[in-house]
Amino acid sequence: MSAAGVVYWKEMRESLRDRRVLMNSLLLGPLLGPILFLVMMRLVVGRELEKAEQPLPVVVIGAERAPELVDALRQMGLEVKPPVADPELAVREQRIDLALRVAADFGAAWREGRPAEVEIIYDSSRREGGSDVDRLRGMLEGYSHRNGALRLLARGLSPGVATPLVVANRDTATPQARGALLFAMLPYMLVLTIFIGGLWLAIDSTAGERERQSLEPLLANPVPRDRILLGKLMATASFSTASLTLGLLAFLVVGQFMPTEQLGMSLALGPHFFAVALPVLVPLVLLLCIGQILIAAFARSVREAQTYLGLAQLVPIIPSIVLSILPVKAKLWMFAVPLLGQQLSIMRLLRAEPVPMLALALSAVVTLLAALLVFLVTRRVYESERLAIST
Amino acid sequence: MIEVQGLHKSFGAKHAVDNVSFSARDGEITGLLGPNGAGKTTTLRMLYTLMKPDAGSVRVDGRDAVLEPLAVRRTIGVLPDSRGIYKRLTARENIEYFAALQGMDEAATRSSCDALIATLGMQDIAGRRTEGFSQGERVKTAIARALVHAPRNVLLDEPTNGLDVMATRALRDFLRSLKAAGRCVLLSTHLMQEVAALCDRIVIIAHGRVVADGTPDELRALAGESQLEEAFVKLIGEAP
Repeated sequence: MSAAGVVYWKEMRESLRDRRVLMNSLLLGPLLGPILFLVMMRLVVGRELEKAEQPLPVVVIGAERAPELVDALRQMGLEVKPPVADPELAVREQRIDLALRVAADFGAAWREGRPAEVEIIYDSSRREGGSDVDRLRGMLEGYSHRNGALRLLARGLSPGVATPLVVANRDTATPQARGALLFAMLPYMLVLTIFIGGLWLAIDSTAGERERQSLEPLLANPVPRDRILLGKLMATASFSTASLTLGLLAFLVVGQFMPTEQLGMSLALGPHFFAVALPVLVPLVLLLCIGQILIAAFARSVREAQTYLGLAQLVPIIPSIVLSILPVKAKLWMFAVPLLGQQLSIMRLLRAEPVPMLALALSAVVTLLAALLVFLVTRRVYESERLAIST
Repeated sequence: MIEVQGLHKSFGAKHAVDNVSFSARDGEITGLLGPNGAGKTTTLRMLYTLMKPDAGSVRVDGRDAVLEPLAVRRTIGVLPDSRGIYKRLTARENIEYFAALQGMDEAATRSSCDALIATLGMQDIAGRRTEGFSQGERVKTAIARALVHAPRNVLLDEPTNGLDVMATRALRDFLRSLKAAGRCVLLSTHLMQEVAALCDRIVIIAHGRVVADGTPDELRALAGESQLEEAFVKLIGEAP
């Protein structure tokens, strides 16, 4: 067997006997993402659905001045709350979410056919109130429109006269696409799974061996150091890939329990997703593992390595955030950027859109080249005299 | 056979090893004796090619350690200052790992392992994972894996550190058996009794320099002292 193979099998054997490694790499890493997702989805979806069905409580000031309006609003799901003394102050101090004030001359204006005024009092800087305000405004506009049409009819005119423009909303987001927006963080979850899967072996390969004083005797063997590095990298990548595979399978299972259909969405989390996502991500596994080993090689102790790698884990979240805030149109060159390319591919897969073979190939080749480059850098670090010496 | 000529090594402004020359012959036990921080470990590290000398040469059985590090590593067995073993592997697996890295085949590995386990009295512990081993059991495992490829030259950095009396005696007997087999044994120590009990030749190092080199009798004569310890103190004191 080659020297790299000897190192590989020893690392595998040792790690498979380590309960802590098994827990982190093969249980915690793969399950963290999917479970977090299920919980998040249930919370988000649950709240959206609740809001749409529940009555909307609104403080109404001057309800007695517009009894017909208030009745109509009640039928549309408004729950009339008793008035408060200073509604502006109450909203500002967050004692109430929003208030509706019927103007003092509402009755007179209505009877005379002049525009009658109502005010919505709310705080737009408070995010959770936003959809409530939209609901109330929608109710009021609907009421206004209906009555306007009735008045036109009463004067013998077609209601269409007052509606020169009809704006129809046609949302081209397919159900899959809407679901994928909620899933913008899923690729990062997968990257995190790769990270956690290889974390312990990457740390152990240098900082760990040095701390346990076994690196110096190891390097006294007649084996070039890059073979030792290669064996350790392959063992790290094996655990990482195992973690990723289990994570993808977990998403497959969890996908069945996602309440996506209640929101009129569907996500392509089927066997096809699994079969394509795994090969798409394997080059990234190699890049992230050798990156972890490189970072850990600079650390003086295991604890220090954990700190460095903990920070490094946050780097891959950047493309996720950028893509969810600025939904850019994917250009071919973007697939050539490691992390970003895989991210885009996974998003497309989730939306059940085809990913061009050229993009997939470009992403894989560039990522593998990047991994090779980092390997060469790490080899230089491995060749240095200081690597083995702890003090 | 290990020949060291004019070895230099600095870390920053500190001269850790300053023009060290000596040789360790086959069939002899040579002791590198010196106080802590004298440069013994650094010297040994250059011998087993973990470090490159700034100047000077190391030849092991005629091979240059800088030019042919892999070939040199095949002919030496090393018990370094750090002697961590893998605690999730059994003692035998630890030894087999190094045998595989030395490129030995399965049959050779098995017979060599069996022989070392018998010689070092490790039969009871060979199949156990090394987690929870005593200091003596760990050193035995580390020595066995260092010597599994039957190297002609054996380098040991403070081999009896942390060992109890019985383990120390057993180790000394083992080193004498290596000597009897014609191997070249080089050990470093800061313990007087160690070299007195064991070594055929003594190289005294202080402040990174060789201050004396000879048989125990020659050193006693050189310092004009009948006790080796007195000779040692006197010789070190003479160093700048």
